[in-house]
Amino acid sequence: MTLHPLIAALSKHKAGVILIAMQIALTLAIVCNAVFIIGQRIERVGRTTGIDESNLFLLSQQWVGAPSGDDADSIAKLDAMQREDLAALRALPDVQSVSSINSLPLLGSSWNGAIDIKPDSKKAFGRTTYYFGDDQMFPTLGMHLIAGRAFNAGDVHNQGFRDQKDPDIVILTKVLADKLFPKGDAVGKAAYLNGSGKPVTVVGVVEKLQAPGLFNSDDTTYNSTLAPVRLDANFARYAIRAKPGRLEAAMRAVTPALYAVNPMRVLDDNSVKSFADIRHDAYEADRGMAILMAVVALVLLCVTAAGIVGLTSFWVGQRHRQIGVRRALGARKIDILHYFQMENLMIAGAGVVIGIAMAVGLNMWLMTQYEMARIPVLYVGVGVLAMLALGQLAVFVPARRASNVPPVVATRAA
Amino acid sequence: MFSYYLELALRSLKRSPGLTALMVLAIGFGVAASMTSWSVFRAVSGDPIPWKSSKLFVPQIDAWGPSGRSDKDDGEPSDAMNYTDATTLMREHRAKLQSALYQIAPSVVPAQAGRHPMNVSGHAVYGEFFPMVDAPFKYGSGWSANDDAQRAAVAVISAKLNEKLFGDTNSVGKSLNIEGKDYRIVGVLDKWNPQPRYYDVVNSGGFSEGVEDVFVPFQRAIDVGIPNDGNTNCNETPKESGFVGLQHSSCVWIAFMAELDDSSAVSTYRDYLTAYARDQQKAGRFGWAPNIRLRDVPAFLEHEHVVPSDTKVSLLVAVGLLLVCLVNTIGLLLAKFLRRSGEIGVRRALGAPRNAIYAQFLTEAGVVGLAGGVLGLLLTGAGVASVGFVLPKSISDLARLDVSLLVITLLVAVVATMLAGLYPTFRASRVQPAWQLKSN
Repeated sequence: MTLHPLIAALSKHKAGVILIAMQIALTLAIVCNAVFIIGQRIERVGRTTGIDESNLFLLSQQWVGAPSGDDADSIAKLDAMQREDLAALRALPDVQSVSSINSLPLLGSSWNGAIDIKPDSKKAFGRTTYYFGDDQMFPTLGMHLIAGRAFNAGDVHNQGFRDQKDPDIVILTKVLADKLFPKGDAVGKAAYLNGSGKPVTVVGVVEKLQAPGLFNSDDTTYNSTLAPVRLDANFARYAIRAKPGRLEAAMRAVTPALYAVNPMRVLDDNSVKSFADIRHDAYEADRGMAILMAVVALVLLCVTAAGIVGLTSFWVGQRHRQIGVRRALGARKIDILHYFQMENLMIAGAGVVIGIAMAVGLNMWLMTQYEMARIPVLYVGVGVLAMLALGQLAVFVPARRASNVPPVVATRAA
Repeated sequence: MFSYYLELALRSLKRSPGLTALMVLAIGFGVAASMTSWSVFRAVSGDPIPWKSSKLFVPQIDAWGPSGRSDKDDGEPSDAMNYTDATTLMREHRAKLQSALYQIAPSVVPAQAGRHPMNVSGHAVYGEFFPMVDAPFKYGSGWSANDDAQRAAVAVISAKLNEKLFGDTNSVGKSLNIEGKDYRIVGVLDKWNPQPRYYDVVNSGGFSEGVEDVFVPFQRAIDVGIPNDGNTNCNETPKESGFVGLQHSSCVWIAFMAELDDSSAVSTYRDYLTAYARDQQKAGRFGWAPNIRLRDVPAFLEHEHVVPSDTKVSLLVAVGLLLVCLVNTIGLLLAKFLRRSGEIGVRRALGAPRNAIYAQFLTEAGVVGLAGGVLGLLLTGAGVASVGFVLPKSISDLARLDVSLLVITLLVAVVATMLAGLYPTFRASRVQPAWQLKSN
């Protein structure tokens, strides 16, 4: 098939051709970026926390009338209340292990600081998030220790939650340990927290532990530091691992158990939350954005396909007689079908070329305005193929109708 | 004449139901998508106190200096205040009304036996806060400057908490146990939940699901040590520990708002802030030149990027969708109109001027737009009702379907379709009658 008559015919329908090409270009630009956003969100939601999330839940509660001071007496009293709670929770039949904890991955509320290998540093070398818990933190969260040792009961001490004292020993996540000690020999080395001059010893390295903060960028989200400290305040959080399959029973049992210890506390429906719910809530916005983008992309593709069907049908109707003439002159049905398919391929081809430029332009503009990454070539490539396939699909029905125009049409009067 | 064109339009649309349905669907979906995202955008970018927002100002004072900031902050002072600066500004009292405030989450113990304590959220504020933000009272009022000075145990509670504790009766004068201590209720607020929460953007991030249940005097809360429940940002570790240590540190955790009624008051206050910072520099507390900001509420909301970027991107994408739908409509209308070249030729030959062709086909476009608009209305209604499934509750709750949204939806559909119809109509009006008559 030579392209010359095809192009000549197209030039008779400039407006329609330009409109379809433009529509394809715009659709490609928007769909590429929408799908890219979906991909990014899926990637974000799919990040692992580094803990064993099943059978885990969190209890947050607040005492009423508890000491609010920061003096030694108040702290001692608060710590006694907390240990009483921990003992009551550990005694429950459906509970496997319990740890006091200041936060959990994805929870949002976090305690952040700086970590360095030199004392008294002014400019932070690395950002980190802190987890404070007791010796049960490892079995309860189900983290993987890859070097050194976990905390034991003798390591744990308590302090007021506004007390700025540094711990004696810490455990780091692998990414953070590798950043501070690139040779991979973190265990036994000293680190300095928050620009202080007091060395703290790294006793272990865990494979992975995500920060509670949801807005941490990808390169800081696994920078966690664990300290064997039970924080004392007029509120407390307990991470609780239920025995396998006993999550719901354990979640039901904790509230009465704590009220039995001391009824003067705030402990309501929001206080007991399974980790599955924490995860669900944390990524609500991301999931919503992905769904929204998917709906928009789908509607766009449908509208564009419908547009192609509509305009091609019009062209087929207009060229009814010419098709008859071609058929009478010996063109086969398949030739007519191919003609319209080829025509669509040319228009869509022009559209996607403009569309690629628009997609990249839109992405670059989004990068300057919002926190967007550069769109990978793969997304644009797949988008181009998808648009060309969409065009071929949409054109098939009207093109087949064209191919069914009988040659006898040529002999009829116009 | 219009009714005749209307009849022609309807007849023509009926003749090709498939094409008509395509156009109506495209416009309906395009309009609904953009209107739904716009309703969300409108809700989050709205002015929470339009009658007064240009008179309410958020002062910012640089208490950290250049070394306390990362390079990307661009020299901006922190968006909250430390205790020293906030209380000094309150003491010197240079604005008409002002209040330092911080977020609290105390426990409240219901007086009835057998009910468990509960957590409420609120703010520690100065008495001037209530008239400054025009908070509506159902019973009683806020507290006086004297109560502030006396650190009185008084409280203002929300209508919701009042209903929960006192069954919607006038509880003014009754006692309420907050954090284990008794407070006298002096006022019950009427329904009041401004969004974005402009007086404490730093802690709410702009939007919060809950209502503010309790307000207590700032200095009282400090005295009894009700801790800050909001964010605390430090550029160095406080030298002393505890809540008192926080008060003595340069950590920022207090929001501040001042009412300044005219531009001279604004410039006087700005000069005052500069002079204050210079005094601190002279006293050796600040080792840098005065670096202050004084933004009104709209400017501060903008500065804090209160409108989530997801909302902006969604709106953008939805408008893009509408654009594609319109390009689509141009194409389909073109096909539809030019298919009737013969009819146009006859009308023109019988004496219809070009204007008549314009009127006829624009009417047809308008009818398509109206039909698309009605579909769009239904879909927008469904869209606004279902944003709760995809957006966080704090934001989706704000999106509402109201009369103005309905009117705008219809208007956008009709106007956009008629704009899209302009070029096809132009082409239709250029049809050569002689040529059409001959070829038929």
